[in-house]
Amino acid sequence: MDKKLKIVVLAKQVPDTRNVGKDAMKEDGTVNRAALPAIFNPEDMNALEQALRIKDLIPGTEIQLLTMGPGRAADVIREGMFRGADGGILLTDRKFAGADTLATSYALAQAIKKINPDLIIAGRQAIDGDTAQVGPQVAEKLDLPQITYAEEVLGLENGRITIRRRLERGVEVVASPLPVLVTVTASAAPCRPRNAKQLMKYKHARTLSEDQQAEPNTYAVALDQREYLRIPEWGYAEIGGEENGYGLAGSPTKVKKIENIILQAKESKVLSGSDEDINGLIQELIASHTIG
Amino acid sequence: MNNIIVYCETDNGKLCDVSLELMTKARDLAAALSCDIEALLIGHNVKSLADELYQYGAKVVHLADDPKLEFFRTLPYAAITIALFRQEQPQIALFGATSVGRDLAPRVSSALHSGLTADCTCLEIGDHKDKEKEYKNLLYQIRPAFGGNIIATIVNPECRPQMATVREGVMKKEALATPVAGSIQPIEVNNILKDTDLAVEIIERHIEERKIDIKGAQIIVAGGFGVGSKENFQLLFDLAKVLGGEVGASRAAVDAGFIDHARQIGQTGVTVRPKLFISCGISGQIQHTAGMDQSAMIISINNDPDAPIHKIADYAIVGDLNEIIPKMIKSYKQNSK
Ligand SMILES: Cc1cc2nc3c(=O)[nH]c(=O)nc-3n(C[C@H](O)[C@H](O)[C@H](O)COP(=O)(O)OP(=O)(O)OC[C@H]3O[C@@H](n4cnc5c(N)ncnc54)[C@H](O)[C@@H]3O)c2cc1C
Ligand SMILES: Cc1cc2nc3c(=O)[nH]c(=O)nc-3n(C[C@H](O)[C@H](O)[C@H](O)COP(=O)(O)OP(=O)(O)OC[C@H]3O[C@@H](n4cnc5c(N)ncnc54)[C@H](O)[C@@H]3O)c2cc1C
Repeated sequence: MDKKLKIVVLAKQVPDTRNVGKDAMKEDGTVNRAALPAIFNPEDMNALEQALRIKDLIPGTEIQLLTMGPGRAADVIREGMFRGADGGILLTDRKFAGADTLATSYALAQAIKKINPDLIIAGRQAIDGDTAQVGPQVAEKLDLPQITYAEEVLGLENGRITIRRRLERGVEVVASPLPVLVTVTASAAPCRPRNAKQLMKYKHARTLSEDQQAEPNTYAVALDQREYLRIPEWGYAEIGGEENGYGLAGSPTKVKKIENIILQAKESKVLSGSDEDINGLIQELIASHTIG
Repeated sequence: MNNIIVYCETDNGKLCDVSLELMTKARDLAAALSCDIEALLIGHNVKSLADELYQYGAKVVHLADDPKLEFFRTLPYAAITIALFRQEQPQIALFGATSVGRDLAPRVSSALHSGLTADCTCLEIGDHKDKEKEYKNLLYQIRPAFGGNIIATIVNPECRPQMATVREGVMKKEALATPVAGSIQPIEVNNILKDTDLAVEIIERHIEERKIDIKGAQIIVAGGFGVGSKENFQLLFDLAKVLGGEVGASRAAVDAGFIDHARQIGQTGVTVRPKLFISCGISGQIQHTAGMDQSAMIISINNDPDAPIHKIADYAIVGDLNEIIPKMIKSYKQNSK
């Protein structure tokens, strides 16, 4: 087996867009985005599991989660620690807001350079932005090879990793030298549950901002003594780089317009099979972008 | 210079449908912009495919043909694409949203710092104004996001090329009546590739039959016992194909041997919650509806006005599916762009 590794897992906090039940719907039939719970992006869980398996094989391997988002995204880091990660970093700064995938990748890549890992594992795709672009873009910014749609790490020897990838119509086994960036797909093994010991250990892990916002309590004292309970927050000051590479300024794509999809007709409409009825229905579906 | 370049993907020695669909779309865009269409073809022994690309309007086929390029690998393909875009400065570059396109395009966009929009369902040319400036003839890249709950129009005002990916089956594919007089421009592969570009090695490849995945489908056309026969299910496949969806079924249809069990929806099948569920000849028993009643929109087609499926539908069509499905296909073809 190989020497112990340092692994960074990229994880994003996302609104749970996959479970838009009729309860998360507004009067007008559109989704109430604010009503969706914030969750650990599903494929990032698959990514974490692959990292944990490597740690099982190569004891002493260190797993750090890296997430960019607002203060509450620290939940993602805690969740990862409960499942076996060793810690994590919250990338957060007003300058990073409004980023498209390129500006997001730039921030993540700058932070990764500072951590200097042997392996970076991301999810294939986030369920809100839905682009699957961040992984390959981070790899390019770090000048590293990339292996997308990974389903399983098959081997890790002599500084080379062997991975099975899932393609639309089959599988491919590839090998790459380390360091490399891997994106993991949903057909990979699900993540193991929280571990009771880890949960006890990291229950009170906090960022400094969370502590400052919280009511004064006894944990503050304990925290001073236990460094591992401090989740670091990095901003522009910590990761440096070109200021206008971040956030809105660093984003070549601009959102010109957003339309909410009307998901639900207000009541059941009964139609006949006449040409007019069918034509009317199809035109409505196209106009609302339900089809087309 | 400043033309449209379509990355043309191959599969087993043939051009992929998605690439020809993009070529077809590129003709509309090129007409609006008064520019030409060029194709980028990377692979091994793929030269003969250029003729087919002329039939779709390619004035120039940039060809990178080398044994090292037989199968897609990110680094060499990206190096070639980046070098070509730097040289040719296209204003627009289109890729299929396939496992290849979605691996390659983001890498290229990062190297060129040009914006990339994923999974567009519509591409148009239009103007744009922001606080500082007015822009003429930008590519409107229209795409669903947020799990299909919103549609965003994205533009790329300053950086070039404007890059987009599009899924297979979203755009129409249509060859020209008379091919354009195009030509091949070979790319000097060995001048571009470095040893490090070949670091990732393919050890094994197995290409399988397409797996049925109705769970991931945004649109499902499901048939029941009322479809009547295996042959008649073709109607549903036709509708699903034009809408870009998948076909599902009730247990009665599966039990009758009309269709594969992998497509069964309900308590003893899969649970789905697509954006649109079109139910055809299904009565709507609870064991079935348990697997689909959370769909965002339901259209039911059943000739029995009292069928329970009509009660949970947003649109209930009372009539014969054999007449209604062909009408839907026809109407969709007339109304979609
Ligand atoms: C409606 C809408 C449409 C959009 N369309 C586009 C578009 O077409 N092009 C574009 O460039 N931008 C687009 N964006 C912006 C984009 O969603 C954000 O840049 C987002 O930060 C990253 O993209 P994603 O969610 O698609 O992530 P993906 O690229 O799908 O994420 C892949 C993986 O990268 C990692 N990752 C992604 N984000 C983070 C993060 N913040 N922290 C840690 N790890 C992360 C995770 O491992 C994740 O699984 C759009 C945004 C909206 C709201
Ligand atoms: C334990 C258990 C588990 C089950 N699990 C499942 C499950 O997972 N999934 C599932 O689907 N079922 C399941 N069932 C079976 C379920 O109860 C129903 O029997 C089944 O769903 C009926 O299928 P159907 O609606 O296609 O057939 P039918 O009930 O026979 O309905 C056919 C419908 O087609 C209509 N029709 C006929 N001709 C036409 C036409 N030309 N045009 C339009 N409409 C027409 C009729 O009006 C009728 O409503 C389960 C049952 C049990 C007991």
